[in-house]
Amino acid sequence: MAALDRPVAKPRPIYLNLLRIRQPVPAIVSVLHRISGALLFLIGIPFVLWVTQHALASAQGWEATRSALAQPFVKLVMLALAWAYLHHLLAGIRHVIQDLHIGMQLKSSRTSAATVLVISLLLTLGVAIRLW
Amino acid sequence: MVSDQRIPVGAHYGWRDWLVQRVTAVIMAAYTVLVLFLLLWFGGLDRAAWQATFANELFRIASFVFMLALLWHAWIGVRNISMDYVKPTALRIPVLAVLATVLVAYIGWTLRVLWP
Repeated sequence: MAALDRPVAKPRPIYLNLLRIRQPVPAIVSVLHRISGALLFLIGIPFVLWVTQHALASAQGWEATRSALAQPFVKLVMLALAWAYLHHLLAGIRHVIQDLHIGMQLKSSRTSAATVLVISLLLTLGVAIRLW
Repeated sequence: MVSDQRIPVGAHYGWRDWLVQRVTAVIMAAYTVLVLFLLLWFGGLDRAAWQATFANELFRIASFVFMLALLWHAWIGVRNISMDYVKPTALRIPVLAVLATVLVAYIGWTLRVLWP
């Protein structure tokens, strides 16, 4: 029987511990898509609404908002939100392209996932340079 | 009586959510391009440019459409995440209720910001 010719199976893990599995790049991009989405919903939306509201309110409001946004911690929050927006946008564009059945092969899927990861980080670096 | 000919098709809301998430994504991407264009147009951000942009009724309506698209998109997203990680019904229902309430509050806040 053909089954007897198979090499002896390597011992496989019998449980799936997410922290012990080395994830492929598309899986990392996928979970970051979720994390960035949650971040944008919970922090991004109230942050943008708060900033817009106060910056529009009055001349003093504008100045107060400017100095609030100049705080180092707030800059870090903005940087994290910028990364979340960029990653979510680029990963989303990749999703839609794959929905059109483009880049569905394993190799091109890995390449596009790595591209999303790298370009969003590079653009975030650009935002960081702009912020500091 | 259940017929042998019955074809189980479901309620289609999985397909609808999938489509809505993509259509709203395209709307938001277009708005993002508009905002980037405005930033380039004004060559940065000062108070005069900020005031002028938000004084434009078309921009306010575009911003409102963006927020509605965002909140519909986000609802599908946070609901999917909750369904994956929050298994007990006694916990999932309160979580979804809180998220939906926050979402409606965001809409109210948006209206207040755009049309104070």
